[in-house]
Amino acid sequence: MNIVVLVKQVPDTYSERKLSSGDHTLDRDATDAVLDEIDERAVESALQLKEANDGSEVTVVAMGPDRATDAIRKALSMGADKAVHLSDEALHGSCAVQTTRALAKVIGTLGEVDLILAGNEASDGRTGAVPAMIADVLGLPALTHGRELTVEGSTVTVRRETDDGVTVLSAELPAVVSVNEKINEPRYPSFKGIMAAKKKPVTTLTLADAGIDASEVGLATALSTVTSSQPKPPKSGGEKVEDEGDGGQKIAAFLVGQKLI
Amino acid sequence: MAEVLVLVDHLDGEIKKSTFELLTAARALGEPSAVVVGPAGSGGKLSEGLKAHGAAKIYVAETDSSDFLTPQVSVLASLVESKDPAAVLIGVSADGKEIAGRLAVRTNSALLGDVVGVSAVDGGAGATHSVFGGAFIAEAKANTAHPVITLRPGSVEVEAADGAGAEESVEVPAASGRSATVQSREPVTGGDRPELTEASVIVSGGRGVGSAEQFSVVEGLADSLGAAVGASRAAVDSGFYPHQFQVGQTGKTVSPQLYIALGISGAIQHRAGMQTSKTIIAVNKDPEAPIFEIADFGVVGDLFKVAPQLQEEVTKRKS
Repeated sequence: MNIVVLVKQVPDTYSERKLSSGDHTLDRDATDAVLDEIDERAVESALQLKEANDGSEVTVVAMGPDRATDAIRKALSMGADKAVHLSDEALHGSCAVQTTRALAKVIGTLGEVDLILAGNEASDGRTGAVPAMIADVLGLPALTHGRELTVEGSTVTVRRETDDGVTVLSAELPAVVSVNEKINEPRYPSFKGIMAAKKKPVTTLTLADAGIDASEVGLATALSTVTSSQPKPPKSGGEKVEDEGDGGQKIAAFLVGQKLI
Repeated sequence: MAEVLVLVDHLDGEIKKSTFELLTAARALGEPSAVVVGPAGSGGKLSEGLKAHGAAKIYVAETDSSDFLTPQVSVLASLVESKDPAAVLIGVSADGKEIAGRLAVRTNSALLGDVVGVSAVDGGAGATHSVFGGAFIAEAKANTAHPVITLRPGSVEVEAADGAGAEESVEVPAASGRSATVQSREPVTGGDRPELTEASVIVSGGRGVGSAEQFSVVEGLADSLGAAVGASRAAVDSGFYPHQFQVGQTGKTVSPQLYIALGISGAIQHRAGMQTSKTIIAVNKDPEAPIFEIADFGVVGDLFKVAPQLQEEVTKRKS
């Protein structure tokens, strides 16, 4: 099987995230960047399928600034075979629709692909739809929010779990699958894996390499524009009291005062 | 007046509240037209509710296809083409986001995702985003015709309005690509507690609750207030409470009238999911816990003493 995993470098959700004041895009320098947690699980799913199907290959695909290399290396050190990194200044500020089209073009450069795996939702943008959007562009079925994933012969089956319930989906390969945070526990890269990752091939593509016209991506031609952004004034703390055996009653009195109970 | 397409979210003949919010929000941009996609007989059951919330037209596409979400995308895409609407409004949910994304890329439309407000800007559509759990407010505008907008549940107050509700049946166009097939479906049946993202009161527990069994203290207080129950990431990761109740950067973003945090330290991870709550109450043993920085009223103390006492007070007041 030829498996592609889409990964994204995101701001660490344990750090404070900011928007840059100039163009209202994510201030990527203000925060620590990590491989999105959910994408580690997508990589893990890909590796499990590779281990179960001899002769499989796992290719990591990322789009983002130069430092996305760290996320790519993490995926390679877990055991992915190679990586393709779409990196071009002109991509800055691309909207979800442009990002989708760009990633679809990159996937198009990879030849025969059986399965495209991704996390269901990045923790920064939370569009939560890019895998399905890529599937739509490629004319492939989208099996999203997978809690369980099985491939038997040429059929992929996904147990889709969301807040609204459980749906069992199936499709013939090739297909796009996104996984949720419960699908597995991603492995830690071993020392051997980390060393091996340094020698694995990472192809860096510019827009031209991927056959993407610069006018199709970027802030200037984005289909939507953020016109203003401002931090909300931080909420300031109110009254704080020590519990002297009447803490619950004091809260009740406060809530009555606020007409909340 | 321009039409605004609103995708109706429905289950077993019931319209979800989020659809009424969409019909209300749509009026800022034009005249709402409800779009119903579902099995045969869906349209008739829903029309009263849609009319009562201002739907001028109701497009009904009845289909027994087992293609996953593709009928919705295809019906909306063909209506975008034939009606040239001012915008398409869809509620934020796993399905809603996916339908919206696919529709936007198919119709070359701006995608304004997870917005908390909709407005007309320079003749086009504008939207307000609450970013990073409400730490930033951003205004965005569409640069294309017929933008696709997903609205976060609970961000708009539902207003009833009379609509003509003229029904028109529409065909489900043939799919252009391959689709996933639905083999089975088990919708979540709502428990007795309100849905976390729709609740006006939420009581959440953190690491300080100490165990899954002891979460009954959180649930007890929640039930006395008719509240939803939430949990911090620390509590979920420790296995105290299921993940679907997690509030925070990697869980749900909530904005209730009242948020009561029990044994939650208030790491940025959690604050980002609840800091836009109108009133915040915190109970924590640690006087230095960051949750107190954003709490309107805080009690430094043992949650196992404070919460039951509060529950008792609430119950007393009700009787």
